[in-house]
Amino acid sequence: MREIGKPAPTFALPDTAGVMHEPGGAPVTVVVFTCNHCPYALAWHDRIGAVAADYAERGVRVLAINANDAERYPRDSVEAMRARVEQGEFDGVPYLRDESQEVARAYDAKTTPDVFVLDSNGLLRYRGAPDADYEEPSQNAAYLRSALDALLEGRDPTPAETVPVGCSIKWKAEG
Amino acid sequence: MLVELLFWEGCPSHRKALADLRAAMQDTGLDPSEIVVREVHGERGAERERFVGSPTIRIDGVDVRPVENEPYGLTCRVYYRRDGRISPTPDPADVREALAAALATQNREDLDA
Repeated sequence: MREIGKPAPTFALPDTAGVMHEPGGAPVTVVVFTCNHCPYALAWHDRIGAVAADYAERGVRVLAINANDAERYPRDSVEAMRARVEQGEFDGVPYLRDESQEVARAYDAKTTPDVFVLDSNGLLRYRGAPDADYEEPSQNAAYLRSALDALLEGRDPTPAETVPVGCSIKWKAEG
Repeated sequence: MLVELLFWEGCPSHRKALADLRAAMQDTGLDPSEIVVREVHGERGAERERFVGSPTIRIDGVDVRPVENEPYGLTCRVYYRRDGRISPTPDPADVREALAAALATQNREDLDA
């Protein structure tokens, strides 16, 4: 379990066009582990996209990462990720591929989605679900928005941690 | 009437699906205790059960939300609510409707017999 207030792992991952992205360089960075095939990730997708759009002017960066084993789950292949990007589903949000799953393991990501919020110093300040109910769009990613508002105003997010809800990350078979 | 809920433990949605199914059974005048709950184990089990994702609800072997060309496997299933929202569980109204239709068919067959 990553500890709130401690440095979040750094990484460099390619998006669907092969461009590399790293966290940081912004007042706040949101790292969301997500995927193409999970109903929880899909149910929350638009709400997270709305957060990216609404907070872009305030300098918040949102990075989406798909770490799922695409061999067992072909819907999470780079090609399938690219198709969603080309359909405009990730406007303003780089969709990154964690082929080795090392970043997901470093973050101790559990589910899709699993949200991590990093401050300008790269410290983990929020981790968990976007909001309390994947079925209720009016929740509007309230946990995530609250964490971003707090950090942008120099406060500690409350809550700083919630239980991530979603499909388990699809780890590759070991060996 | 055989009502089955098939699930894979890797997907957390089956608990809500079972609660919704129990409520739909009660609403339709059926006994929720007759639901057969079965866990699907491994990719071979998914193939054997023709399991396209968790949860899957079948009435007399027929999926309440049938899908075509969906690969068998251990995954979370994507459903659409009647208002278009994506959901990990079927719309309770769809489940009630499927149960009511199966019950009506069964009653007709009983009368014909």
